[in-house]
Amino acid sequence: MEQRNPPAPDTGVRPSSKPGAAANAPIIEFRHAGKVFDDGTHAVDDVSFQVRPEEIVAIVGPSGCGKSTLLRMASGLSPATSGEVESSHERLGYVFQDATLLPWRNVQRNVELFGELRGAPKEERTRLASEVIDLVGLKGFERHYPKALSGGMKMRVSLARSLTMKPPLFLFDEPFGALDEITRERLNDELLRLFATEDFAAIFITHSVNEAVYLSNRVLVMSPRPGRLIGEFAVPFEFPRSADLRFEPDFARLSGEISHALRADLT
Amino acid sequence: MSIEARREAGLDPARSGAGTVSEPGPPKPARRSRAADLFSKVAPPLIVFVAFIAFWYAVSYLFLEETQRFLLPPPHDVFIVSFLDTVNLTEILNALLSTTQVALVGLAIAIVIGVSFAVLMSLGKWVERSLYPYAVILQTVPILAIVPLIGFWFDFNFRSRVIVCVIIALFPIITNTLFGLQSVDQEMHDLFTLHKASRWTRLLKLQLPHALPAIFAGFRISAGLSVIGAIVGDFFFRQGEPGIGRLLDVYRAALQSEQLFAALFFSSLLGLVVFWFFGLIGHLLTRHWHDTAGQEV
Ligand SMILES: Nc1ncnc2c1ncn2[C@@H]1O[C@H](COP(=O)(O)OP(=O)(O)OP(=O)(O)O)[C@@H](O)[C@H]1O
Ligand SMILES: [Mg+2]
Repeated sequence: MEQRNPPAPDTGVRPSSKPGAAANAPIIEFRHAGKVFDDGTHAVDDVSFQVRPEEIVAIVGPSGCGKSTLLRMASGLSPATSGEVESSHERLGYVFQDATLLPWRNVQRNVELFGELRGAPKEERTRLASEVIDLVGLKGFERHYPKALSGGMKMRVSLARSLTMKPPLFLFDEPFGALDEITRERLNDELLRLFATEDFAAIFITHSVNEAVYLSNRVLVMSPRPGRLIGEFAVPFEFPRSADLRFEPDFARLSGEISHALRADLT
Repeated sequence: MSIEARREAGLDPARSGAGTVSEPGPPKPARRSRAADLFSKVAPPLIVFVAFIAFWYAVSYLFLEETQRFLLPPPHDVFIVSFLDTVNLTEILNALLSTTQVALVGLAIAIVIGVSFAVLMSLGKWVERSLYPYAVILQTVPILAIVPLIGFWFDFNFRSRVIVCVIIALFPIITNTLFGLQSVDQEMHDLFTLHKASRWTRLLKLQLPHALPAIFAGFRISAGLSVIGAIVGDFFFRQGEPGIGRLLDVYRAALQSEQLFAALFFSSLLGLVVFWFFGLIGHLLTRHWHDTAGQEV
């Protein structure tokens, strides 16, 4: 693996609210993990990396390179066919590109869904749902049905729904890919705020190099299918980050390097 | 807007989000008034109706000789003979009641059997593979050939007529329900898998609600078919309480064309009412969330 920018143990890692919290025990670890589908499609090849608690790792790669497959492997939905994926926690938040809300449930009942599936008592579900609905800025929209919400708001509901699980690891599969740029940037800022206040690690998949750099501690670059990791970049910018960061020369330089690495393998 | 200001907006949870955030309520009611709305719904079929009556008169008076007019008596004759003559009207309405009972009982049974079968088929590919061909046969077998057989086996009574209805109404319920249950997105299923939902929970909280619009589309089609089944059964069995089917046959044989047309009118009306009724129920159940729910009634 090409390592132009090898991460030092501490640089770029978001200051934790609990300093020194088991920083060395990874929350999830891929060890030479690969995936060949039943039909012979070789989607992911020999991927190794770890995510430490409260670390945000972004993954960029060309379309169809196996990014979604990688997340499905991380979640256990689609087990690795070679190597291993070891996760220290069972609970996780999974946010898809589509908000995947149940259209026949209003916002409140959508957010309560996971608690309901796990058999949480009604009062606890309601309380938790109100809490996270507030957190994502949807207070007052509890009774709205998804049909009446904009794309950005649906994404917030989806986020809130996963937040009710208080998961130590979030998996994001291009969650803002279908949104317009302004909405996307706003939601990026919202997410940064959540990263700061809630304690979770995340794997964030995106097509956008800028988004990857803006949000993460570390950016991994994938090759075209079969997807391998072909680059790793530490993102040194301090948290909390502000929107101005996008206009800093250092930000542009790092984004440029990553774009370059992405293109290098697209022959 | 300055970057500064945009950041403020972005960081303010109450105001950030997509551009529509300021008007996130349910879609605004159309500007047109209710009356105009009603008119636009009623006018087109009304125009067709008037044209149809005019055409009917034209055929009756312009194309048919006096002696042939019994083939298509003019609308007002039909109206006078069958609607204003209480004896005729009572006879037709009684028959209609009997047919309605058969059709509704048949439909109810078809709904129970059809939905159960669809749920079973959705549980496993192999169940679907073993049952689906027979559902198709049910649909393709000529009903006219089956009706006398059913008469032999189950006697020519109420039960047999109901069986005919069930056979004729079953297929659309099975296919529509099955389609609805199976058309849930993979990602939705993944969510339920991630949260350890049981097969039963998945069915109740994901698949059945998702399938509701399709299920009701099936009910609507089957409701119309069930009425046809009741009439066909009645037409063939000629025993027990006379329904519309038998009446149609009697009127035809006696060349009572005014009554024949009236009976036709009422049986169509029955089909229309059940069709509309299930459309309405489906609409009421899904109007909060289903896109096409608004157009269905
Ligand atoms: N269940 C499956 N069976 C067979 N092939 C599959 C399956 N799921 C995905 N693939 C294939 O694996 C490859 C990687 O798919 P994946 O969805 O992981 O890509 P991706 O990087 O997420 O793409 P995108 O950027 O378009 O979302 C693709 O070629 C896809 O067609
Ligand atoms: Mg994908």
